[in-house]
Amino acid sequence: MEYKKFQTIGIGVTFSPNLKANIYEASRLAMLFGSKLLLIHVGNFSEEKRAKFETILQPFIIDGLDAKIVFQPGNPVEAILEAVSRNNIDLLILGALQRENFLKYYVGSIARKITRKATCSIMLLINPSIERIVCKHIVVNGLEDVKTQKTIANAFFVGHALKSEKITIVEEISHDEVGTVEDTKTLRKTNLLKERLRRREDTRVQKILAQLPEHHKEKIKIATQPIFGKRGYSIGHYAKVVRADLLIMNAATKGNFLDRLFPHDIEHILTELPTDVLIIQ
Amino acid sequence: MSPKRNNISSFIAKLPHNLFSGFVVSLIALPLGLGLAMASEAPPISGIIAAVVGGIMVSILGGSHVTISGPGNGLVGVLLVAITTLGIEGAYAAIICSGVLLMLLGFLKMGKLADFFPSSAIQGMLAAIGLIILGKQFHIMLGNKLSLDGSFDYLLEMPNTIIGVFKYTEPGLTFAAIAGVSSLAIMVLYSKIRNKFLQLVPAPMWIVLIAIGISYYYELVLQQPNPVSPQYMIQGIPSATQIVEEIPTPSFSGIGSLAFWTSVFALTLVASIESLLSIKAVDKLDPQKRRSNVNKDLKALGLATIGSGFLGGLNVVTVIARSSVNVNNGASNRSSNFAHASFLVIFIVLFSTQLTRIPLPALMAILVYTGYKLASPRIVSKIFSVGKEQLLIFFTTLFFTLFIDIITGIVAGVVITFLIHIAINKSVSIFFRNVLKPNVLMFQEKETGVYYISVKHFCTFLNFYKLKQKLEDIPEDKDVVLDFSMCQFVDHTVMENLSGYQEIFTKRDGHFEVIGLDLHGTDSEHPFALRRLIPGLSKRGNALTKRQLTLFEIAKDFSLEYESERTTDTHFLDSFRYFRTKKIEGIYNRIFNSEKSFRLFDINFSEGEFIAKEDVKTTMLYVKLNASIPKFTLDREGFIEKMGHLAGFHDINIDKHPLFSKHFYLVGPDKYAIAAFFDDNLIRFLECNPYYHIESNGSSLLIFSKERVAGIKEVIALSDFGKRLREVLEIEVNEIALQN
Repeated sequence: MEYKKFQTIGIGVTFSPNLKANIYEASRLAMLFGSKLLLIHVGNFSEEKRAKFETILQPFIIDGLDAKIVFQPGNPVEAILEAVSRNNIDLLILGALQRENFLKYYVGSIARKITRKATCSIMLLINPSIERIVCKHIVVNGLEDVKTQKTIANAFFVGHALKSEKITIVEEISHDEVGTVEDTKTLRKTNLLKERLRRREDTRVQKILAQLPEHHKEKIKIATQPIFGKRGYSIGHYAKVVRADLLIMNAATKGNFLDRLFPHDIEHILTELPTDVLIIQ
Repeated sequence: MSPKRNNISSFIAKLPHNLFSGFVVSLIALPLGLGLAMASEAPPISGIIAAVVGGIMVSILGGSHVTISGPGNGLVGVLLVAITTLGIEGAYAAIICSGVLLMLLGFLKMGKLADFFPSSAIQGMLAAIGLIILGKQFHIMLGNKLSLDGSFDYLLEMPNTIIGVFKYTEPGLTFAAIAGVSSLAIMVLYSKIRNKFLQLVPAPMWIVLIAIGISYYYELVLQQPNPVSPQYMIQGIPSATQIVEEIPTPSFSGIGSLAFWTSVFALTLVASIESLLSIKAVDKLDPQKRRSNVNKDLKALGLATIGSGFLGGLNVVTVIARSSVNVNNGASNRSSNFAHASFLVIFIVLFSTQLTRIPLPALMAILVYTGYKLASPRIVSKIFSVGKEQLLIFFTTLFFTLFIDIITGIVAGVVITFLIHIAINKSVSIFFRNVLKPNVLMFQEKETGVYYISVKHFCTFLNFYKLKQKLEDIPEDKDVVLDFSMCQFVDHTVMENLSGYQEIFTKRDGHFEVIGLDLHGTDSEHPFALRRLIPGLSKRGNALTKRQLTLFEIAKDFSLEYESERTTDTHFLDSFRYFRTKKIEGIYNRIFNSEKSFRLFDINFSEGEFIAKEDVKTTMLYVKLNASIPKFTLDREGFIEKMGHLAGFHDINIDKHPLFSKHFYLVGPDKYAIAAFFDDNLIRFLECNPYYHIESNGSSLLIFSKERVAGIKEVIALSDFGKRLREVLEIEVNEIALQN
């Protein structure tokens, strides 16, 4: 089963109040995944900046973290994308913003552009913290898509690395597939159909699960859950309802103009981050 | 989910019931049809045509089961405007066009249309229609035909008309007023009196029968002309052949004008709202717990309206009062709607000349009562108890409808509701940012099978249809948890609709729980009552009445518990046949033992809807048995039951006890088990005790005597009877067990 080990993890860093927390989170992930860490700073090189970053990185470097700092001047979106492709970064970490007065997170305009254009996997963090917060429950999408297999494989790799307790694979059953309930007769019909779809989805997911490396599945409770709602959006809602710590999703198939106009799948999640999100490319 | 039954044989088995209830409904439909048409200033027969065409077409093509279709009261105001501006031929054209639109709504699956209107705005619109009907017909009821400009002027003129009655010099007018007032009295008092013989004929038909009777009395016995002035008699009832010969041609000449299309849209709007609300309400009464296909019904209603318009009839809508009567008389499928139409045809063919003997004021009294029911102060106080802002929505819609027109009224209602929501949340962005988001998530929890629904952002009339779509997907016998904890704002329309769902789930053995609203209550950002569940039933004071004190004493004597508070926890009664078509409002003054296997209580339930609604308060006894017995209903054999035989209810006779069989009326699903169960001992016990209505649902008994609250002595007798009956039954069950 193909899963992609993250060789190089990148994170964009600026001098914000979250700087330390961001670097700590990224370093911890790099340690757990056994990857290299690349700090990308959009701006010109200066010794003073480098020293600041290094002080923060120091405790991890002692523990054996392989970290590098890149200075890339220019437009933030392009600079980061450039750094990603030049350094073969396969996981980019981005911080989310919090809506004022609400416990709601969203992806800022720069990060959103990067997410759309990036060719690597993206991790969106809502609440970077200096202390490690355990990732107990991972929710991953199981929708019928060519990318799903890889996403689930990656989810188990991540879950194994983060020592998660539970992974829930969510199958989204869209309304159009089931049809509208109008009366007793259609109610019976749609319920039978739903049951059939549920079984079909379950078999598909079980097939994927069977192909995963056994040691990734060890000590992890695996659950499947069919949900009814808007595809790509309701999974975020579900992750929030079950208080998941990480949501892992397929990357969107490259969108054209129309897709942008009618936001779907991942675009919905970006406006309302339910929790930390990992988008697998 | 119920298995498929043999359709044809069960249809035939149920046909007598349906014919019977169709007959009873036609008794109301006749006077109402005439009255509604006349109130709209259309020819009286056009109301009957609408009922006949509607009854036939909707019964064949419709998607609901026990509804009745015909001319609706909500449309009176709109039709009045259409007929005065377009002329009657033009109005028929508008009716046809609105029928086309209605069909279109059905094909576009817009049955959810009614969900987009705030419920207080709909209430306001209906109240305004009620006032329009009331204001206009009140004067005719009192023998004072008027022609004023606005609907409001008619209301202002009401005191003058009342004073005017005492100044009539012409006796014909005085008699007209007397006919009107006494008819109104019949309408008002009818629902208060519970008498089997009186109840056999619906109130509007009593008015017709009495009016025709008096007219014949004057003609044949007194040999005098009818005392009511001839201009206040119904005119222009054509005979059946005339109706066919004189089918009017709709005139589409005004099709280019704004007034024409305004009428068409208003007709469509009101017809769809009235129909959808009625279908929803009738579904709750359906004893077989079916769901109606509203889109199919809309198509059928649209087609029926087109047909009706071409034949010279009014709009066809689903009507609540007639439908509820239909259910209460044992209808079980659409054939009763067909029967009601057929009986109307028979009435017109046979009695069209007799109908001209009805005084106009008598007929208008029925409409005045209808109008009053739509706009009764009770509705205002009910809305006020939900919240002051609902009252503002209600009155805004009401006044805009009254002073301008119905479309402006409902638009104003929607706008004011939205503005109020913005003001309460102090934010516009919560609505605009989230209105298009798919904010509802549903999944079935794997371990428990519970359906969990979570709603985000806000839930108001703007996006309720999304939640509704999910709720519709759930069979009503399942458990549902609806979580609003991620939702910042829930409005009254949603809460009201949810309480409807809650009711229907409880009734069908499911469970519907709303959670996550407790937080809202403590959140200072949401101080309004918009998200509160069901407006709390007012608590009684501590002062108990004499009867309550005595009940308390009795309870103490028998070492039972007593509680005077009202409770709506009445699920234990839902499985009794008696309550299948009745709506329990609550039980109070409860005397019960600690296991709750013996409960004596006063109960308040209602039968029928709208003008056919009857509120009943009575005292009942519920006894839970330790063993299972056959399901049966036992009552005194009376006239109604003898009538029932004709309609296909079969009384079970016990062979060795002809006297018992003669005096008691016994029905139940398993004839042989019941016949075996009623042995000498039990029959002797029943014969030498007072008559009670006894019903068994298989594991418990429901016992009561009269449809009124029992006095203290009666309570003691009832309790004593119940205890002794339980003993007899338990001996009986043991004997049967021994024999086996």
